[in-house]
Amino acid sequence: MHHPGTNNKVYKKINDNFEWSSENFKKISEIIKKYPSNRIQSAVIPLLDLAQRQNNGWLSKNSMEKVAETLSMSYIRVLEVATFYSMFNLEPIGKNFVQICRTTPCWLRGSDKLSKVAQEVCETNIGETSDDEIFTVVEVECLGACCNAPMVQINDDYYEDLDEESFKKILQDLKDNKSIKVGSQIGRKSSQPERKFDA
Amino acid sequence: MLKEKDKIFKNLYGFEDWKLEGAKKRGIWSNTKELIKMGSEKIVEEIKNSQLRGRGGAGFPAGLKWSFMPKDSGKDHYLVVNADESEPGTCKDREIMRNDPHLLLEGCLVAAFAMHAHTCYIYIRGEYYSESSNLQKAIDEAYANNLIGKNACGTGWDFDIYLHRGAGAYICGEETALLESLEGKKGQPRLKPPFPAGAGLYGCPTTVTNVETVAVSPTILRRGSKWFADLGSANNTGTKIFSISGHVNNPCNVEEEMGIPLKELIEKHAGGVIGGWENLLAVIPGGASVPLLPKSICDTVKMDFDSLKEVQSGLGTAAVIVMNKSTDIVEAIARLSHFYKHESCGQCTPCREGTGWMYRMMEKMVHGNVEHQDIDKILDVTKQIEGHTICALGDAAAWPIQGLFRHFRPEIEKRIQERNRRVA
Repeated sequence: MHHPGTNNKVYKKINDNFEWSSENFKKISEIIKKYPSNRIQSAVIPLLDLAQRQNNGWLSKNSMEKVAETLSMSYIRVLEVATFYSMFNLEPIGKNFVQICRTTPCWLRGSDKLSKVAQEVCETNIGETSDDEIFTVVEVECLGACCNAPMVQINDDYYEDLDEESFKKILQDLKDNKSIKVGSQIGRKSSQPERKFDA
Repeated sequence: MLKEKDKIFKNLYGFEDWKLEGAKKRGIWSNTKELIKMGSEKIVEEIKNSQLRGRGGAGFPAGLKWSFMPKDSGKDHYLVVNADESEPGTCKDREIMRNDPHLLLEGCLVAAFAMHAHTCYIYIRGEYYSESSNLQKAIDEAYANNLIGKNACGTGWDFDIYLHRGAGAYICGEETALLESLEGKKGQPRLKPPFPAGAGLYGCPTTVTNVETVAVSPTILRRGSKWFADLGSANNTGTKIFSISGHVNNPCNVEEEMGIPLKELIEKHAGGVIGGWENLLAVIPGGASVPLLPKSICDTVKMDFDSLKEVQSGLGTAAVIVMNKSTDIVEAIARLSHFYKHESCGQCTPCREGTGWMYRMMEKMVHGNVEHQDIDKILDVTKQIEGHTICALGDAAAWPIQGLFRHFRPEIEKRIQERNRRVA
């Protein structure tokens, strides 16, 4: 199953220049302060995250080289980290990164139906980006919201307590550039036993 | 059933304000200075007496773990809070961090003081974006009100808390892998010894502990170890957050007394099994890593560390995954095998090669596409992985499969026979 985050190859096609934005440059000095001054390598995950956000959701070779330079690390040490962690995408992704949880607790509540819906509405296969580059759809392992299954993560946000209909609507609204509601889609505040409290 | 007054997590569902003002109304940060004044030895003693066992899965006695930290090592000491909640079925720490973050922060101060640490890192899984932003806001509030920082709570103890976001790796929930990750490397577990209490983060004495364990500690000190120890039964004391997911009418997180019967837990809190108790097929009682239990055991088993160990399973993270008779049980376990294949860090050969092989085998088993002797072969392989790897991920990948064949072997044999008939 393809996933831009579990890909181990550095993307070759684009060789753009990567420089920190001035805003992120300020953030970096704040991040580095969290760690002892001789241990700033600890900041590699936060910095890769920052670089990925600045670079439309994926890490190019230049962006990783920039992180290495900023932290005085060798490039291979940065690449090693970027390939190990699945949240770092090593190839371009669409505007909406749709991650469908497929592990047993979500599967028991119908996650494979959500995968079908996503492929239909987004007009792409699992692991691929749609032609209009609005969606990248992937299946991922447990996202840790099992009492609100089935759920998906789109970019930074969780969408929980889904069914085929509500998920279809979310994707359609994203397509139409409408705003969507984050969190539970059946009106739960968090993971309370719903009936007892809503009554 | 746990009385309302004995609940530690008063805002588990986020119905009230999670910020400092709301937290103070719930009694958090009320007399932290007095708790610190007890002195580190007394704090550790109280936690020991409460018989609190770690809530992250292994169930190691918390007080004992805290006492492993050296008194004067001459190095910096670190408290690292493990908020890399990734065990399938588990979503309890998430609710603590987004709905009651100050409960955790107060616990960090108390625990860090007890183990002579001036610095605490909270390692939260990267996917928990809104949870980490709530937690960061709570940390900022605590700094602004001198609850942490220089002379925290007016105790004379300097204490810093830093939030560190991970980047999507289940293995970083293993304590030494977490430390590697925090040092900016691949999250591959370290050999033990040396244990983190001797040489952990940056080679300094470190204790890694779960969110829930830390969060309950100030309440234990406030209400006394006896109160906590009187809940549940000996060696399995206190309250616990149970995450109930899968085929139940109302999936939920709920705080309950340790040792509550599984049936009562599901029927009282989660609205019962979909289709009724008689429609129950099996339950995974403690997160993906522990072996499943068939209905016959679920009828009577109690939810605590020792009772579940007796039936060859475990409490783990107390994540109850319920499966009713509509479930393809083989596929359910095959999905878990896929999870472990995906999450193996690749360091030890038995796990790296074994998880992939087991997954491919399990996928074939779903369709009965194997021979009868393959069942014994896969069980043999699980035994060869179990205990032969640096960390427990190998064990965790092996146990669900062992559990499946322990209780549902006839189901797979039936599938093999059906397939043979089809082919012939």
